[in-house]
Amino acid sequence: MTAPIAGGVDCDLHPAVSHLTSLLPYLNDYWRDQVTTRGMTDLVSQSYPTNSPISARPDWRPAQGKPGSSLADMKEQALDRFGTAYGICNPLYGVQMVFSEDMADAFCRALNDWLVKEWLDKDARLRGSIVIPVQSIEKSVAEIERCAKDPRFVQVLMLVMGDMPLGKRAYWPIYAAAERLGLPIGIHAGSAYHNPPTSVGWGSYHIEDYVAQAQAFQTQLTSLIVEGVFARHPGLKMVMLESGFTWLPAYLWRLHKFWRGVRMETPWVDRAPLEIVRSNIRFSLQPVDAPPDPEVLNRLFDHMQSDELILFSTDYPHWQFDGDEVLPEGLSPDLVRKIMIDNPHATYSRLKHAALKETMP
Amino acid sequence: MNVQFRDRPGPASSASIKTAIADCDIHPARATASELYPYLAKRWHAHLETYGKHPYQGMMEGPPYPKAQPNASRRDAYPPEGGPQGSSLSFMQKQHLDPNNVALGVLNPLNTGQGIRNHDLSGAICSAINDWQIEKWTSKDSRLKGSVVVPNEDGVASAAEIRKRAGDKNFVQVLLLSRNVEPIGQRRYWPIYEAAQEAGLPVGVHAFGFGGNPITASGWPSFYIEEMVGHSQCQQTALASLVLEGVFERYPKLNMVMIEAGFGWAPSLAWRLDKTFEKLRSEVPYLKRKPSEYISDHIWWTTQPMEDPERREHLLQMIEWIGWDKLLFATDYPHWDYDDPSRVLPAGVSDANRQAFYLDNARKLYGLA
Repeated sequence: MTAPIAGGVDCDLHPAVSHLTSLLPYLNDYWRDQVTTRGMTDLVSQSYPTNSPISARPDWRPAQGKPGSSLADMKEQALDRFGTAYGICNPLYGVQMVFSEDMADAFCRALNDWLVKEWLDKDARLRGSIVIPVQSIEKSVAEIERCAKDPRFVQVLMLVMGDMPLGKRAYWPIYAAAERLGLPIGIHAGSAYHNPPTSVGWGSYHIEDYVAQAQAFQTQLTSLIVEGVFARHPGLKMVMLESGFTWLPAYLWRLHKFWRGVRMETPWVDRAPLEIVRSNIRFSLQPVDAPPDPEVLNRLFDHMQSDELILFSTDYPHWQFDGDEVLPEGLSPDLVRKIMIDNPHATYSRLKHAALKETMP
Repeated sequence: MNVQFRDRPGPASSASIKTAIADCDIHPARATASELYPYLAKRWHAHLETYGKHPYQGMMEGPPYPKAQPNASRRDAYPPEGGPQGSSLSFMQKQHLDPNNVALGVLNPLNTGQGIRNHDLSGAICSAINDWQIEKWTSKDSRLKGSVVVPNEDGVASAAEIRKRAGDKNFVQVLLLSRNVEPIGQRRYWPIYEAAQEAGLPVGVHAFGFGGNPITASGWPSFYIEEMVGHSQCQQTALASLVLEGVFERYPKLNMVMIEAGFGWAPSLAWRLDKTFEKLRSEVPYLKRKPSEYISDHIWWTTQPMEDPERREHLLQMIEWIGWDKLLFATDYPHWDYDDPSRVLPAGVSDANRQAFYLDNARKLYGLA
């Protein structure tokens, strides 16, 4: 086992909303009334069914309630356990699934306010991601600007499967706002289920949906690169969260080859895809989709030709590893330090502003 | 690739000294639309001229994502007698089969009856394409072997077409495309696998096709390059469906070939499947083995377009994870992203592995050893 070092940044923690009613205090009268009068149910995405083995490690599953809904558990099982200096909260509550942009906006605002009050205010190590109502660009930008006033928000969060490919120009005002405010865009596994969850239609099983997350990340990376997002926003960082990363080398070999062949189609792509990934794209550590063989993993790191791409994550409370084996075997001490500390700090510039939080209302 | 073919040696390069190869992905084309009519019942001629093919996408003709060059084909591959690239046997022989010493060429016709919403029309065109492959190609050059194209969305009609061709030495596989109405492991397609297993024919799954779904899980992308790169993601999901639906438990003698979608992604996909299966196996209790085991026992990969790392030894390391016995060399002639057999493998590959890669694996899989 490779031992974690103290002072790391856990880039993928999932605090859970216990129930839609938990957001009621953060909704205005109209939306509170909508939720209660219409008998709206809890917004649990089938990307992570509460009782699915993938949704919580067996020994992290609480006796009652949703995994990830208790701050005390998160402290004991993740933050304290791995000596975490900062933990970035990526709420996966299913607000992106609703079809009304007004409703999505109300729920996103409530979710972000809930995160501040119930988590960030209660543990100084925690940082947040801004969940946005992506169906409305205007409302998304407004929500980013509203939340960014609190320096504890360190990134914007989007799902890997939404209404449109993420490189599409319509989304660019979101990226402009994020770049301007020093916020990376975190793209997390999961679907709004506004499109079939695979590129070849609706699979039969939950396991297919989960495996297919990796393919969704691949197509999004293509979209982001070839639409020219990083030519327009060279300073923008994007972080692929719970994406897996062992697919990256072969994916880039293919993308690079086709880019050389048909780059006349997208002449604004001003750097090779490989270079864009190395400068602008990062990946969370878990899940490590590789056999537990140090030789294989080290070869993959060699194929990636960079030690700056991976950011430490536990994916708490999802079940990706057992015991304390959050770091795969065979990583050098230097790489451990990069993954746990240097790479996250180089990505999340707002972590530096931690000291400012006391000045916030 | 465009940049490369200009300086490639011409067809005059010495055929005699080259070792024989199998080309497991050749695309024969029709010289004219009506070339198929002799094999199609009369009612369909008028139908096609009136209504078109009525596929699962919007364009009456041509692809939704315009290719980077006409017919996605090499600009030097137009036959001198006219017609599109790949439509002349004599020119294919002269430009490709003879100079590259192709001993076995597997035909994968595209633009057939697959992906058509009218299933009767789909079946009629597929059957006509199969007759046309025999008459125009395989009966005229014994190096060439056909693929049985089937009306993919109609499992029963597909099985009937496969049974009709079973035992016919003109054909060496059944052909599907990766993008269909549903992921191809689903049971509407099982009659195809049952008939293929019975006929002893591998099922090839070629990148491409339209099944009515957006070609990413986040909707329709903008560019041709996204479709091209995306074929590998579609293929990964299609393969996951085959494994997770239990197709190889149900049809244990079925072999399948992943065609023109890359192979570098195979290890990572297999690892991810295994890792996820460890946790979620209770959802798919009929699977008796790890997903990676089904893949290594049942799946072969054509090589073109070869992944192209900056450091070419990385490619060889990737191939070690897949197995030199599972790759089938292919050029994709006459398409633009053609791989040149003299250039695809870096130095340092053993003679035995070269021989397997270029010829023997294909002969064994297709029963021609």
